[in-house]
Amino acid sequence: MLQTNLKHIESASDHQKILEENENVMICCGRMGPMCLPVYDIMEEFEPLYSHVKFYDMDFDIPDARVIRNAPECRGFMGLPFTVYYKNGKIVKATSSIQNEQQVRAILDSEFGNI
Amino acid sequence: MLQPETINKTNHYDAIIIGAGPAGLTAGIYLSRARARTLILNEGVVGGQMVLTHEIANYPGVEKTGGYQLSNIMKKQARSFGCEIRANIRISELHLEGDIKQVILSDGNAYTGNAVILAPGGRPRTMGADGESTFKGRGISYCATCDGDFFTGKEIVVVGGGNSALEEAVSLTKYVTKVTIVHQFDHFQAYQHAIDEAQSNPKIHFILNSTISAFHGSESLTSVDIQNLKTGEIREFKTDGAFIFIGYLPNTEFLAKIIELNEKGEIIVNGDMETSVRGVLAAGDCIAKRYRQVTTAIGDGTIAALSALNHLHQIKTRKSI
Ligand SMILES: Cc1cc2nc3c(=O)[nH]c(=O)nc-3n(C[C@H](O)[C@H](O)[C@H](O)COP(=O)(O)OP(=O)(O)OC[C@H]3O[C@@H](n4cnc5c(N)ncnc54)[C@H](O)[C@@H]3O)c2cc1C
Repeated sequence: MLQTNLKHIESASDHQKILEENENVMICCGRMGPMCLPVYDIMEEFEPLYSHVKFYDMDFDIPDARVIRNAPECRGFMGLPFTVYYKNGKIVKATSSIQNEQQVRAILDSEFGNI
Repeated sequence: MLQPETINKTNHYDAIIIGAGPAGLTAGIYLSRARARTLILNEGVVGGQMVLTHEIANYPGVEKTGGYQLSNIMKKQARSFGCEIRANIRISELHLEGDIKQVILSDGNAYTGNAVILAPGGRPRTMGADGESTFKGRGISYCATCDGDFFTGKEIVVVGGGNSALEEAVSLTKYVTKVTIVHQFDHFQAYQHAIDEAQSNPKIHFILNSTISAFHGSESLTSVDIQNLKTGEIREFKTDGAFIFIGYLPNTEFLAKIIELNEKGEIIVNGDMETSVRGVLAAGDCIAKRYRQVTTAIGDGTIAALSALNHLHQIKTRKSI
């Protein structure tokens, strides 16, 4: 499990349930590595601000993380973390490697609406 | 110039520190421990470049630690003395003249302080070549420890000729079958042991006097254009990945025209870490100096904090006369 203050997704069924129950979901799938930590940090900052979005992380190395690792939208990704944004259960945006606050904010605003 | 009567007391600090890398956090520890009301404002993740460091083995007193762990301890230590830290902020205006300095953030919050310590550090230099932003995370990486295993069994290029490029190229040979180092000169700017280790590694090859002028691919990177800087000739070179280690740029663009910078954009300071503006100190990788390490950043941060305390004392003494 990742040592972040975000809620963790620990299995493919968890992942499925979260997507069924929530309209807007952002999941950062990574490790406790230098390119991933800044993204978790940004998500922790945004969590209280974007109340209409659910924020989760998922350990890249657990077998069930294949739901993200093997997503067609992540094909060609070669940099951690893989960050995916879902609307009504469908991936609307996916990014590879570190992103800064402005980049994450721009996606949240355009895909899920401003705060 | 701000006047004392315009100060909002809740948003006023003795010292404001810009940047929460090792330099800024150290200054925060010293100032808040000396009971100066201190605020650290940080644009990115607390810990700065330290967080990018998988393992720090040269921090005296600690045999080996992760950069993330070390920065978390520094953050806790600063907070335990009362230092306030705001992360993921953006500074939109900075007024440093006079006894009362003001920092305005993009969210509209404004803070004042009697001293400011600038510790915004640096960031990896990018190449600016065609296709670089398109293939970032899709074959182009700036961190070997993060992304090395995606390239297991593949062939990659490493761009750069300094210590980081050569050391990271060697570490990447754990995963890849072949590393081609592309470097703009015919010699390296690195320690001899790093050069020897790279040159004696059978998986490492060199293309010198050359640079990458473009990155190509579809879903991910498949080739690069390598330009010979002597002849100008460009040829396509098939590769699965490119790791770029071509040095660092100081994060000082927002300070241009506000304080004195040198031609590289580094902040000019004296031995007490004082800048060209009174009451404004600077510390860490952003200042004009030769060696950039966690230990040198914390040394600078200590001196800047002590100089700031001296400045605060002078302001108080002046007022009481
Ligand atoms: C891959 C890598 C490996 C390294 N390995 C080692 C090692 O093993 N040992 C060692 O001693 N050193 C190592 N270093 C060097 C060391 O990390 C740096 O020298 C040190 O972190 C510099 O500290 P700093 O506080 O000056 O700046 P930084 O660590 O760069 O921190 C600056 C902070 O300021 C923030 N900031 C920037 N602009 C603004 C702004 N406008 N407003 C507010 N905040 C801002 C940044 O987001 C950042 O959080 C390594 C560096 C890298 C990149």
